[in-house]
Amino acid sequence: MDLRVGIDIGSTTVKVVVLDETDQLLFRSYERHYSKTRERAAETLRSIHDMLAGKNVHMVITGSAGLGVSRASGIDFVQEVYATAAAVNTYIPGTDAVIELGGEDAKIIFFGGALEERMNGSCAGGTGAFIDQMASLLNVTIDELDELSLKHEKIYPIASRCGVFAKSDIQPILNQGGRKEDIAASIFQAVVDQTVAGLTQGRELKGKIVFLGGPLHFLQGLRERFVETLQLDAEHAVFPEDGDCFAAMGAALCATDYASRPFEECLRLLEESVDASGALDVMPPLFADQAEYDSFLARHNSNHPPEADLDTYVGPAWLGIDAGSTTTKMVLIDSQGGILYNYYHSNQGNPVAIVLEQLKEIYHRCGDRVRIKGSAVTGYGEDLIKNAFQCDLGLVETMAHYNAAAHFNPDVDFIIDIGGQDMKCFKIRNGAVDSIMLNEACSSGCGSFIETFAKALGYDIAAFSKLGLFSPRPVNLGSRCTVFMNSSVKQAQKDGASVEDISAGLSISIVKNAVYKVIRAANADDLGKNIVVQGGTFLNDAVLRAFEQELGRNVIRPTIAGLMGAFGAALAAKNLGLETSDLLDEKALETFSHTAKPATCGLCTNHCSLTVNTFDGGRRFISGNRCSRPLGKEKQQLPDLMKYKYDRLRAMEGKGSGTGVRGRIGIPFGLNMYENLPFWYTFFTHLNFEVVLSPESSRKLYLKGQKTIPSDTVCYPAKLLHGHVEALVEAGVDAIWYPCMSYNYDEGIGDNHYNCPVVAYYPELLSANVPALKETRFLDPYVGLWRHKDFEKRIAKLMEEEFSIPRKESVQAAKEAYDAYDAYVHDVRTTGARYVEEARAQGLPILVVVGRPYHIDPEINHGINDLITGQGFVLITEDAVAYLEGYESRKVLNQWTFQSRMYNAARYVCTQPDMQLVQLVSFGCGTDAITADEVRSILEEGGKLYTQLKIDDINNLGAVKIRIRSLMAAMEARGLSAAGKRDA
Amino acid sequence: MAKLEYDKTGRLLFTKEMKKEYTILAPQMLPDHFAMIVEIIRSYGYKVEMLENTGRPVIDAGQKYVHNDACYPAILVIGQLINAVQSGKYDPHKVALCITQTGGGCRASNYIHLLRKALEKAGLSYVPVISLNLSGLESNPGFQLTPGMLRKVVFAIIYGDLIMNVANQVRPYEVNPGDADAAVKSCMDFLLHDMAQGKGMSFKSMEENFDRITAAFKAVPVTGEEKVKVGIVGEIYVKYAPLGNNNLADFLLSEGAEPVIPGLMDFIIFKVNNRSADVDIYGGKWVKEKFCLWLEKYLMKYQHAMIDALKRAGFRAPGDFHELHEGIKGYLGDGNKMGEGWLLTAEMIELIHAGIPNIVCTQPFGCLPNHIVGKGMIRRIKDDYPWSNVVAIDYDPGATKINQENRIKLMLANARALAKEQAEHAGEKESAPQA
Repeated sequence: MDLRVGIDIGSTTVKVVVLDETDQLLFRSYERHYSKTRERAAETLRSIHDMLAGKNVHMVITGSAGLGVSRASGIDFVQEVYATAAAVNTYIPGTDAVIELGGEDAKIIFFGGALEERMNGSCAGGTGAFIDQMASLLNVTIDELDELSLKHEKIYPIASRCGVFAKSDIQPILNQGGRKEDIAASIFQAVVDQTVAGLTQGRELKGKIVFLGGPLHFLQGLRERFVETLQLDAEHAVFPEDGDCFAAMGAALCATDYASRPFEECLRLLEESVDASGALDVMPPLFADQAEYDSFLARHNSNHPPEADLDTYVGPAWLGIDAGSTTTKMVLIDSQGGILYNYYHSNQGNPVAIVLEQLKEIYHRCGDRVRIKGSAVTGYGEDLIKNAFQCDLGLVETMAHYNAAAHFNPDVDFIIDIGGQDMKCFKIRNGAVDSIMLNEACSSGCGSFIETFAKALGYDIAAFSKLGLFSPRPVNLGSRCTVFMNSSVKQAQKDGASVEDISAGLSISIVKNAVYKVIRAANADDLGKNIVVQGGTFLNDAVLRAFEQELGRNVIRPTIAGLMGAFGAALAAKNLGLETSDLLDEKALETFSHTAKPATCGLCTNHCSLTVNTFDGGRRFISGNRCSRPLGKEKQQLPDLMKYKYDRLRAMEGKGSGTGVRGRIGIPFGLNMYENLPFWYTFFTHLNFEVVLSPESSRKLYLKGQKTIPSDTVCYPAKLLHGHVEALVEAGVDAIWYPCMSYNYDEGIGDNHYNCPVVAYYPELLSANVPALKETRFLDPYVGLWRHKDFEKRIAKLMEEEFSIPRKESVQAAKEAYDAYDAYVHDVRTTGARYVEEARAQGLPILVVVGRPYHIDPEINHGINDLITGQGFVLITEDAVAYLEGYESRKVLNQWTFQSRMYNAARYVCTQPDMQLVQLVSFGCGTDAITADEVRSILEEGGKLYTQLKIDDINNLGAVKIRIRSLMAAMEARGLSAAGKRDA
Repeated sequence: MAKLEYDKTGRLLFTKEMKKEYTILAPQMLPDHFAMIVEIIRSYGYKVEMLENTGRPVIDAGQKYVHNDACYPAILVIGQLINAVQSGKYDPHKVALCITQTGGGCRASNYIHLLRKALEKAGLSYVPVISLNLSGLESNPGFQLTPGMLRKVVFAIIYGDLIMNVANQVRPYEVNPGDADAAVKSCMDFLLHDMAQGKGMSFKSMEENFDRITAAFKAVPVTGEEKVKVGIVGEIYVKYAPLGNNNLADFLLSEGAEPVIPGLMDFIIFKVNNRSADVDIYGGKWVKEKFCLWLEKYLMKYQHAMIDALKRAGFRAPGDFHELHEGIKGYLGDGNKMGEGWLLTAEMIELIHAGIPNIVCTQPFGCLPNHIVGKGMIRRIKDDYPWSNVVAIDYDPGATKINQENRIKLMLANARALAKEQAEHAGEKESAPQA
């Protein structure tokens, strides 16, 4: 038989193998292609010319980037999962499942019976690419990351759905001094969780499992996480020697079915296709010529602070530090605002060390001439740096940036800052920060994304972005989250886009993301007339140019665009008007020391992951906490209606006033049950059932049900239900009650009274996907509560059929249940009113948190309520005020019961000077795509600020804190805050 | 020129003067169905045009003016409408837009509001928007869906379904490329011509036309080879609209497969059935229930006529609505009605029963009902039909074609292996008695 050649062209690598007639490997190679896929494959083939010259070969291409090459060259193609399955069947018979991780793909193949194959969806993000990104975030090589992970002590919970999420989880841990060893292992664990959660979809991973693909081939730490998580022994976890080339080997095996050709012809086909270029989606160039670029530069370079020279200056100075997520910025200013010293550097995962080194340098150069009279710090690492070096002031980033922008243009009305990890935009109205837009977890990572991509293509960031300036045809890469961009780039490469075109395309994409995804502007006037741009990413001329082109107007980029946060902090330090700064002096720095240790707080059910930082002289700083209890202070509890409701609902279990003789009925404590529980609890206890609630939500409970989640893009509150019902089955209840409800109560404030489709029908999804439910009686009938008489009749019939309960009894129980629900609603309203009174008596501001009833679950909101009351607000929820407004027609179809309450709550807040509103939104919630805009417009028309807090299984409250603090700062500026307290 | 008039809530109305002066622009979803519907609306004195604009400008306009977290069909439909108004082809002061509104609990019922917001953002708030719905959601003095008009629309839908069905059965096998499309065109030509003259819209003439249509396709020379059949189900817009699903049917054809696309009539009957089911489940007026049951029966008469015509001509015929409904027993309740509701699952099961276990389940990224009735039911379907081969594909502006095609190719590779296995299995069986 002729030799068989398999070529696997993946997103980052090309694998080539040659098999002989006994399926033995004659040749194998595994090489990165740096997006030059066809060239790389052809080159490898030429290198084995001696082996194949003059022979006929069967050649087949496979792989995610191989399809295009196959089409262009006319060489046969086999789908890569199919190829992999073929290889496993041949080389490792008896396999039950294969887990394969590639550059951007994750796959599971189930054997045994019919072949079942799963690939990651468009949202699951990459895996190899994800690990690459994480390694560069930690500033280590992949091998170092691997080594670090093997020395871990603890695993942090890191969001496992997509790379961008994980980044925003890791960054705060880094900034708060978490150990790299632990983070490295946590990154691998996130990959494992993502694979297991995203791909098993209800089928259990058991038996003999083969692990394939580059990352699993090279990374010991990743293997360890998989083996441990899946509880496999050596016999059942197979890591084949050529596991990185299995798809190519499978392609070669499949090649038997295809015609053979002379090797030279194959090579020629491949080489000739090299220059074939597909139809690219292109856009106009950034700059027509050098002259246009020069005048662009001249315009922007005119915006600079006064000249100043540290080596000759005599007098006072003020220090500003911006401890950002990936970079640390420091600025020392003189009394005119001139910059005496500045510093901008990647913080390499340890901002404390960087600041220490720079402070020493500054003191050294100041000598006796310059005296630092004040210091301020802002950014993600604010608390850590403030405590480490005893800075005089910590301020929220948005305020720092506004200070700086106003220095260049007092009329500034819009500021956009794109940094390494985050994007911040805010409007300025009446001299205060208004309507803050932060990039939500799905589109963050802007600046560092270009950087990682530059690295992947073998360039440094500066050189890479310059490449795009004069690209004649920038490629259109879309405007979604960076993970999607990865695949867009892959497609562009396939179609023959040059590195220049891709570079320009990436810059334009980031701008489109900012404008349409984060700001959601339709035109430049939506933003403002005086726009100041800043942040390190805008130092990239291509990005800046793309921004101006997209808006169709010129903007201001100060020369210190990358230092604006630090500059604004320095200005704030100056405004303090201090005579002497508390900042550690030169002498104190000599003995400075810092250690960080992870710990888990056990003081409440939040179980915060703490980092305990210890400095010389016994100074300590604890981060990761949501309340003040781990700091040794008694928790100061301001009125909190979320907590009140939660405690009331949790108490609704047991036999109540009944005897419990009819058995134990389980109710999953999730989604709409947070509203309907008072009804069902009374209904069933009245019928003498004992009500068993599923346990409180937790990460652990989520993981318990994770493997049966069929749709990885559904919201987190829904995903939690899988764990809840599993727990109820384990509790051995006689039946589980979880009815389907297309409609909820009709409160007369909307055009209809639906539940959202997920809330309405999730019981049916559980029934179809959770095997454990077959062991119990799972009752998920359709019921409607809003027609009392009809409901009574129908439920009585159902109860008779299911439990032989006399109809009269059920009708009576239903009546009691309606009364109990009304009483609960009344109680929430009067308690809310009481909290408002208390707040007013003490002069405290009131925050109305609007969302769904189930957002009071601490596992869903991650303790946001503690954070809010900890900042000095009294907290009430939407249902405590929504009833105070009547029906009013809306600009959207107001058809969901829970959502209608938010509109009314927003209208009510507009009438109360001492109330503000924040909206909680679960990631993936489709209905909130509609409500968010509507709530915003109600508030803005009423002269209020709109603040949205997006939440997921993410544990990071950093972004939430920025918003809450900015909200407070804006309230102060508007003179709306009665108390005006803020942690300074 | 027509004055701009508003109702009590401040909604811009489509007035009687506008009926004379304005051109109504309609978005595209199913080209043949919609072409006939447009023709019917025209016959009532309206100036209507179905939009043909497509490609990136449409997506760009959608992303620019619609909240990017909104579902993909909203971005496309609204993008298509706004792009058309801005194209310069029409006087923006002389156009109105129309859009359907189902009134269900899915966020799709909000498209019309998203469209109005988009128009405002684009500085086009003077363009009136007409809601096409059967729930009595919004009324306009200058536009009315009369019972007579709706009766005719039923003809357009059933004609469209039949043409789509037979064309899909013939196109993959045609000897001369383009023959099937030519047959589509000739059928459409005579139907539109008849409709313009008010013909072809009685039950009897419909049955005759059915035979004319099937005959036109029977006349196309075919190769008779075996091809893998692939069903397409999903959210209604991305299921049908080539703009929404990156020309999925064409892609399947180019991969040597036969696309099988369930018709629109089932969806219409489904929506009618929901109303009687609601009364059944939650209580309500028996008159409403009776009327809906009557309407369901009425529509099914047309569906039966189409099924009979297919059988008469020797084409593969789908089951009727009741057969579809039977399939979901044990999967979903009758109350599951948001979006495509239980119908989507039912279509998958029906395809499998019809010997088409290979299915692409399409949905916009993050589609709420499809979490349940699409992706959420694949597990159980697999349990009950181990050889079923369903791939769920998400569509949105950021999803790349290469990723989607790769996943579909995997499904096709599975399908071929399955077909091969079955053929071998059948061969064994045949040879068994001789052994």
